[in-house]
Amino acid sequence: MSSVMVKVKQKQIAQLIAHGKRLDNREPNDYRDIQIEVGFIEKAEGSARVRLGKTEVLVGVKVDVGEPFSDTPEEGVQTVNAELVPLASPSFEPGPPDENSIELARIVDRGIRESKAIATEELCLEPGKKVIIVFIDVYVLNHDGNLIDASGLAALAALLNTKMAKYEIEGGEVKKKPGYVPLPIKNYPIPITFAKIDGKMVVDPWLEEEQVMDARLTMTFEKDGNICAIQKGGDGYFTTQQILDAAKIAQQKSVEIRKLVVKE
Amino acid sequence: MPAKAQEKEKLIDKEGKRVDGRKLDELRPIKIEVGVLSNADGSAYIEQGKCKILAGVYGPRESHPKHLALPDRALLQCRYHMAPFSVEERKSPAPSRREIELSKVIREALQPAIFLEYYPRTSIDLFIEVLQADGGTRCAALTVASLALADAGIPMKDLIVACAAGKIEGQLALDLSDAEDKQGEADVPIALMPTLDAVTLLQMDGNLTMDEFEQAVNLGLNGCKQIYKLQKEALKAKYVEVKEAMEE
Repeated sequence: MSSVMVKVKQKQIAQLIAHGKRLDNREPNDYRDIQIEVGFIEKAEGSARVRLGKTEVLVGVKVDVGEPFSDTPEEGVQTVNAELVPLASPSFEPGPPDENSIELARIVDRGIRESKAIATEELCLEPGKKVIIVFIDVYVLNHDGNLIDASGLAALAALLNTKMAKYEIEGGEVKKKPGYVPLPIKNYPIPITFAKIDGKMVVDPWLEEEQVMDARLTMTFEKDGNICAIQKGGDGYFTTQQILDAAKIAQQKSVEIRKLVVKE
Repeated sequence: MPAKAQEKEKLIDKEGKRVDGRKLDELRPIKIEVGVLSNADGSAYIEQGKCKILAGVYGPRESHPKHLALPDRALLQCRYHMAPFSVEERKSPAPSRREIELSKVIREALQPAIFLEYYPRTSIDLFIEVLQADGGTRCAALTVASLALADAGIPMKDLIVACAAGKIEGQLALDLSDAEDKQGEADVPIALMPTLDAVTLLQMDGNLTMDEFEQAVNLGLNGCKQIYKLQKEALKAKYVEVKEAMEE
């Protein structure tokens, strides 16, 4: 969007937010409608399609056997990759991952890794030689803002949906046994993202808000209500008070949103 | 196994001292120099513990590639790069995903401080080379990068200063070393414009309660304020040298 358009829009959006309103009639701390569909891709061990308003993200989980990292010889491996697919937005271009998709993948990865969501210690087949590798591929299908929360949510839903083959070691060879077991999941990280627009904070920014925001803040909470990951983005800044206030709101929001994915 | 034995090594001793003898709220020794490269328009060098980082700024200059130029402000481009020999195991010189992410967050942390609108259609190119890494490189990189920008004479609202706080063996600690970061429970890097109370970088990984998080932020901000003094001294020292050279 041209910078003139951004400035016109910014004024309009900021004026509304100053009065506690938003262009799409939400309250500052409201999420858009969230729909989660799991098991959408039968060929993947786990999958989930999340719609956050018009933003749409599909996550597929593939499971394979490979070598562990040398510093964690008895743990399975988790990898996250994100594709900003060109059909999802006029601003996405085909080609190798750019800094935006790398950042998105790394934020999602950090939430899962730091909350120890995947019980990687249960994914070791032969210490130092063979472990289970969990590939989490984030596929953005439609970009209408807040890809981080949609992707984080879809990744968690897909992990909870994942059923993998039973692997066993027989005479140094990895064998697939009949039947499936669920991927061991210990924690449920939920990312909550804020946009700062003209000094005010709103959750779940949609595209038009993202285009005019000064800065972005994502806080990921694990199931016990502790913070496990944070990422600031965007060209602006936050005051210390804004950060601490956001943390309290994010903690509450994460409890609400977790209930949509984790049925206990 | 050696990895396991290493884990058992205590990070804090009975007297509350850390492996390198620091107290919990103590920074590593810091040495900063401004104006260390003759070709760059601005440059600076920092040693923070075993971290050794060099930053150079070129610009404002014609932007390259040209189509990236912005009509209403300068384009800030930033490359954070680690030397292959900077870490224990040789790092491939090709930019890793981590380096690409850090280049982005560092750029976004510096941007709020710079009056980019003074130099439309130009680019300001910042190059950060981590010569030796020992934990907290993104913070030290930010501290030294903002000095290089200042040394290049680029107008700024304030210097950006950064410092990490974290949690090791259940206790909050300032400015984690590599070992503390790896074995510790959490790491919270923060960047600040001290005179504006503006936090321009905030990241975290690990596990902290809300109270711990608030304390970690305050601890980190305190660290920032201490480094800010050293930053200003280093900047002034360069101009004292220039003045003395002129008088001779």
